[in-house]
Amino acid sequence: MGFDPSYSARTFTSVGTRPVRPDGVDKVTGRARYGADFNMPGQLVGRILRSPHAHARIRRIDTSKAEKLKGVKAVITAADLPDLTNGDSAMYDILDNCMARQKALYDGHAVAAVAAIDARTARQALELIEVDYEVLPHVTDVDEAMKASAPLLHETVFTGGVDPKPTAPSNIANRSQYGHGDIEAGFKEADAVVERSFKTEQTHQGYIEPHACVASVNSDGTSELWVCTQGHFVYRQQCAALLGLDVSKLRVTPSEIGGGFGGKTHIWAEPVALALSRKAGRPVKLVMSREEVFRASGPTSATSIEVKIGARKDGTITAASATLSYSCGPYGGMWAELGAMTSFACYNLKNVKTVGYEVLVNRPKTAAYRAPSAPMAAFAVESVIDELAQKIGMNPVEFRIRNAARQGTKSSYGPVYGPIGIGPTLEAAQKHPHMKAPLGKNQGRGMACGFWFNFGGQTCTDLNIGADGTVTLTVGTVDVGGSRASLSLVAAEELGIPYAQVQTVVADTGTLGYNDMTDGSRGTFSSSMATISAARNAIGVMRERAARMWDIPVDDVVWEDGHARAVGEKHGNLSPLSVRDIAAVAAKTGGPIAGHSELVADGAGVSFATHICDVEVDPETGATRILRYTVVQDAGKAVHPAYVEGQYQGGAAQGIGWALNEEYVYGEDGCLQNPGFLDYRVPVCSDLPMIDTQILEIPNPNHPYGVRGVGETSIVPPLAAIANAVSNAVGVRMTHIPMSPPRILAALEAERAH
Amino acid sequence: MVEVTLWGSLGAAAGGKQKLEVEAKDIRELFRNLAEQYPALGPFIERGIAVSIDGVIYRDTWSKELPKDAEIFLLPRLAGG
Repeated sequence: MGFDPSYSARTFTSVGTRPVRPDGVDKVTGRARYGADFNMPGQLVGRILRSPHAHARIRRIDTSKAEKLKGVKAVITAADLPDLTNGDSAMYDILDNCMARQKALYDGHAVAAVAAIDARTARQALELIEVDYEVLPHVTDVDEAMKASAPLLHETVFTGGVDPKPTAPSNIANRSQYGHGDIEAGFKEADAVVERSFKTEQTHQGYIEPHACVASVNSDGTSELWVCTQGHFVYRQQCAALLGLDVSKLRVTPSEIGGGFGGKTHIWAEPVALALSRKAGRPVKLVMSREEVFRASGPTSATSIEVKIGARKDGTITAASATLSYSCGPYGGMWAELGAMTSFACYNLKNVKTVGYEVLVNRPKTAAYRAPSAPMAAFAVESVIDELAQKIGMNPVEFRIRNAARQGTKSSYGPVYGPIGIGPTLEAAQKHPHMKAPLGKNQGRGMACGFWFNFGGQTCTDLNIGADGTVTLTVGTVDVGGSRASLSLVAAEELGIPYAQVQTVVADTGTLGYNDMTDGSRGTFSSSMATISAARNAIGVMRERAARMWDIPVDDVVWEDGHARAVGEKHGNLSPLSVRDIAAVAAKTGGPIAGHSELVADGAGVSFATHICDVEVDPETGATRILRYTVVQDAGKAVHPAYVEGQYQGGAAQGIGWALNEEYVYGEDGCLQNPGFLDYRVPVCSDLPMIDTQILEIPNPNHPYGVRGVGETSIVPPLAAIANAVSNAVGVRMTHIPMSPPRILAALEAERAH
Repeated sequence: MVEVTLWGSLGAAAGGKQKLEVEAKDIRELFRNLAEQYPALGPFIERGIAVSIDGVIYRDTWSKELPKDAEIFLLPRLAGG
């Protein structure tokens, strides 16, 4: 019989408790091995030569001097990574991004790489590589890139999603559209309309651990890769495809991960390290510097967004529209489309239309960043929602509650919602003491809602019972936010044994079936579902073994509270058998005891959050201090509440940095001016208050315990909540993220000049 | 027979139709029959399409049944972080 993932109400013993995380001691004592902590005998040092130009044709690369330098074992260019993508344009873009072919498309684009006996020799070798560039005009601004007069990144890109197909190439790679109803008719019904333009600057996920890997391509056709990643199975498939390796002969082992947030769902340097190792015949270690991480891994989009919303005096929204232009770097994506899908997803709208434009610019290839594209759209929409509420004289929370999507609402991206949690988060926020706390001079309060899809995906787990009755749970989803503890709790719950009896490990690609990445808030949602399935299979085996031990039919054996129990009058005097009792004689009752599961964990369910924020703005300096911050979000069922709170707090913290300080600053030359944490300022502890959280538990009907993903939604509302708070504090609507001190001072100055 | 709603650019590939009637009992049959009836949808299906059934989004489960009278909406395959 197949596994039924449907929710059934139950009481929990282990799930919902807060044990100490099993990886905690290693991490705080420095024993945990991150990407750069792995070493192999005879390994070489890999280094990448990067374009100093934002846009340049590569006329010639001469590597001969570098190759002659003593200690250099391999030098590669794009010629060493031939195009094996067979017409797969997405894979070709990845290949071209890993090593530029005809053109360098952004400052930092890889053009060559070396492997040498030490870092000094590798650096010297890079200096000896001669690249003849034809520097081309560049464009880094999303609005400028959309103009017909803008320098073209690709002569071969014609805007998709428009009919008829354009005859001229463009930096607009694609147009997408969502919505329903008649917005023009809706705006005519409105008593008040607010229309504004917004911009958000490009930000990086800012994970503390840079990309790092050790690659070893062996002469027998096997290869190994140790790497910091959110998805080693996907890295294996993509690297194997780009290098022409057999998937099964490339073994990828994930390290501990010092943050990913979407940025480690994409390959960057790994194919380069493998190509270097293949050429050198020795292992190659390649670790990005922080500067390289900023210049050449994937930040999120810079955006330009126009929003128009109309409402009647009674607070009913009559129409809403948005045009969202998102930068993609040099290669197309679906970033604006995700913005177009999510922008109005919190609301019940009769007339709505969103249009997304994917815009190519001379910046690094855009990558996913925690609920990708949704925070910027929410910033623009929730700002206008707030302003419109003020315009019609309605409390902003009541205005949102009045227009909130509910079961049966046709979502702005198309489908009709089933049971959803936006209403409960808003009502919880409305009742929260934070909403009634007094504010002082130069202080303001803002709130905002956020939506994210969440998804599941392919998942595989093994659950093995040891000879002493302890349990090893082997999973293939990288533990980014504490999932090993959460999955141990789930295994303990299902088996009916103590948490301490379960050890969860993350397997390499050679020892477990394929798993999708830890992205889309799917890690604990998907792997807990597979863990429950595997545990139930293991219980089935243990019931059979107990039946053999007792010499009774298996149908007379049930599993209760971690024990096999014989049922029926005939067996009433048989003492229950624990996991340890059954495991102790496993060799004689049929051999090893295990439960396995391979499934597709679909039905993750959409997710909503509401955030409240208080700020104080110094009118002299423009500096903003976050005074108080509250996150309300539905977790379905919080498996390990401390980690759920951690995800809520982490999203809010990242959002605070994004809202107030973080931005990629490009010079006139198209080169990144601030590729380091000194000039690209992420929030530190002293910038943040204690972020309060409120976990709602509205069970997900498509998970046995009701679990929902919680990793991403918490970054959707902060930009908007903080922008509303700052706008309320200074009395000027802030429309440009980040709201850095100079930008706030400029907005105040402009207001005074009016 | 189920009624399927397509998102914008997918509708363009189906000759401008936003709603299609398709004989299909599960997601596998839906994709197979869509690709047969509208060959231009083939590349989209190959790249991956998510299927929303009564508001719940499925990305990979071919065997998921399509209940009669269910709202079935095709969406682009989503990226996550």
